[in-house]
Amino acid sequence: MKLRNISRRRFIVQTGVGAAAAATANLAAPFVHTAHAAGSLTVGMWDHWVPGANAVTEKLIKEWAEKEKVDVTVDFITSQGQKLNLTAVAEGQAKAGHDVLFLTAWMASRQAELLEPVDDIMADLIKENGEVSQVAKYLAHIKGTWRATPSTFGAQMKGPASRIDLLKKHAGIDVVEMYPAGAAPKSDGWTFDVFLKAAEACHKAGVPFGIGLGTTADSVDSIGAIFSSFGAILVDNDEKITVKTDNVRQVLDYCKRLYPLLPPDAPSWDDASNNKAFVAGQASMILNPPSAWAVAVRDAPKIAEQTWHHSMPKGPSGRYASFLQPHLGIWSFSKNKSAGKSLLRHLSSRASAETMVAASKGYDIPPYAKFKTFKTWAEVSPPKGTLYHYPDPHQDQILAVAAMPSPHDVASQIYAQGTMTKMVVRHAQGEAMEKTLAWAESEIEGFMR
Amino acid sequence: MADVAARSDALSSEQRRAPSRLRAFLHRKSTIAFLMTLPLIVLIAVLVIYPAFYALHLATLNKRMTQFVGVKNFTFLFTRETFWMVVQQSCIFALTAVFFKAVIGFIVAHLVHNVPNDKQRKWRGMLLIPWVIPPAMSTLAWLWLFDPSHSAFNWLLAHIGIDPVPWIGNANWARFSVILVNVWIGSPFFMIMYLAALKSVPDQLYEAAKIDGATWWQTMRYVTLPMMRNIIAITALFSTIVTFANFDIVRVLTRGDPLDKTHVFATWAFRVGIEGGDIPLGAAVSLFMVPILTVAAIFILRDINRRGNEA
Repeated sequence: MKLRNISRRRFIVQTGVGAAAAATANLAAPFVHTAHAAGSLTVGMWDHWVPGANAVTEKLIKEWAEKEKVDVTVDFITSQGQKLNLTAVAEGQAKAGHDVLFLTAWMASRQAELLEPVDDIMADLIKENGEVSQVAKYLAHIKGTWRATPSTFGAQMKGPASRIDLLKKHAGIDVVEMYPAGAAPKSDGWTFDVFLKAAEACHKAGVPFGIGLGTTADSVDSIGAIFSSFGAILVDNDEKITVKTDNVRQVLDYCKRLYPLLPPDAPSWDDASNNKAFVAGQASMILNPPSAWAVAVRDAPKIAEQTWHHSMPKGPSGRYASFLQPHLGIWSFSKNKSAGKSLLRHLSSRASAETMVAASKGYDIPPYAKFKTFKTWAEVSPPKGTLYHYPDPHQDQILAVAAMPSPHDVASQIYAQGTMTKMVVRHAQGEAMEKTLAWAESEIEGFMR
Repeated sequence: MADVAARSDALSSEQRRAPSRLRAFLHRKSTIAFLMTLPLIVLIAVLVIYPAFYALHLATLNKRMTQFVGVKNFTFLFTRETFWMVVQQSCIFALTAVFFKAVIGFIVAHLVHNVPNDKQRKWRGMLLIPWVIPPAMSTLAWLWLFDPSHSAFNWLLAHIGIDPVPWIGNANWARFSVILVNVWIGSPFFMIMYLAALKSVPDQLYEAAKIDGATWWQTMRYVTLPMMRNIIAITALFSTIVTFANFDIVRVLTRGDPLDKTHVFATWAFRVGIEGGDIPLGAAVSLFMVPILTVAAIFILRDINRRGNEA
């Protein structure tokens, strides 16, 4: 093979001409909008309980990607075995992973320093969609900055899902009359005293209220709502431990009276136990999103037909309901933050929220005030209207998450350790009130280290 | 000049020898052994040694992982009531489970040993099933048997007029259930190890004992047990380590409930570190297993070495 000798002068001349030609060509050539001109984006979403909900959300994301010319990949990650939380923690540690990630309730505050601020998006969304719930604000508006946008996908209310027939028969309560479909609730008489009497009547009839007292989310959220209704806060905004207060004593005393009326194995219940008890016809009421009802529609239609979702009873401090609000966050180490922000705007739009609510058969609840009256909740059946009051369209309740408004570091520990349910079980099983309070105080001191 | 020529000769002969030396090195038994274990060494380095040191590093950081705090996380744990409860529970869990696994394994190994040879294979295979099923899966089956509302055991008990048992709802019953599942899963390992040990005891020893008029108990006490002693010690050591570090059974069956009464080190570390968001404290909890297991390992291995030397 014969090699051509190129002199230094010849090389400079030729490359110079070539570069100039290339530059000219670049200037002259029109911008070609390629298929993925806006780069790539990886999204980690929660693997939804409701069949079909993932596919619809994936379609929403793909439609956005096509329009915005983004090469998007969506992973649906289960929350079973804490896999979703592990993913968030691992990605935060490694500073690598998805660009946009679904963050369970406490994760936005835990990873706040690693999340891209989204104040600009939230300002526009609130203006457009109405105010967000105080739970969403508490969980993701950290030190004056929005760290993630509240997600419709996976957001849920844990209010009562009641058996119409059993409550009427054993407790004399007509939940449909109290919470009529398409109309404002007539719930003035629905208090925790009435709740206790109803629990007693149903317990006597062999169909107790299925409220767990374990350490998983459903148990913690249920007891958290009762604590809030009695104004029982364990740590206040100023990081002061407020365990030894009359409100806490009052709620523990109430729960001690409720405890024997619950299933005897309630301290070992997990998030599946209440659903199973309800679908099996063993419970007259559970505090749960409509997942148990959705299973009953498929497996026990007669029970589904007698199920009605409504608000929590009223306590001395108000009518509180547990609202589990996840968020969507963009990692600060993401290489395509602009695409991430565009996606969050898209998923927070009214059209997207309505699509997600319909796909989840009403399970998902959007965080914005103007999004509480979608037709899905009014229309799904059986029975028609069972979900009308599920998203609280008449703002009958104060939404909260267990351990709110304690500082996030402490609140997430109180939540994860199930401190409130443990207090209830300890006291209800015979431990003296002051001993239980001292134990809780010591635990919380440990969380505040 | 002659020196240069000689050096060049030496160099060329050395160059000639080099490949054969390399070949000899590669053919050396120790080299082959090292190369064959290299993948495992790399795996252990990546999946065990690195995470262990990383855990050590994490355990010395503050809650927000922004500051070095030395041993403060460890000293903090000493002040926590729940931590001491977990220490106590881990010891109860590991020691009770290992004891029962050893006893059951020992008895079953003898039973299988006495089965005629042609039928032994079948029995060995069947008895190993609990050990070869992934524990998370078999524990899930146990969870359904113990299920708070739909327990199959309680259904059976109800048929004979016995009240339902709160298998995982009451602290003591929950501890019992967790240990029971661990024993069920782990006994076959003891059985197979003891069976191998029994098979290696020379028949002549039993014949000699018989001629000397030894009773069943004397044969067991002076022949079988001394011959199995090392295997018993090593099996107990391995099982203690694995049982102490157990995670899946407790996690699937009780998640440490009720009232933290079934937590062991690993599950509590997970609760504090991953679920509670205090990773440094979780790392510190998990590292507490190390000194306990090291002490156990030193004692048992020293005993085995001593007896090895005596032999």
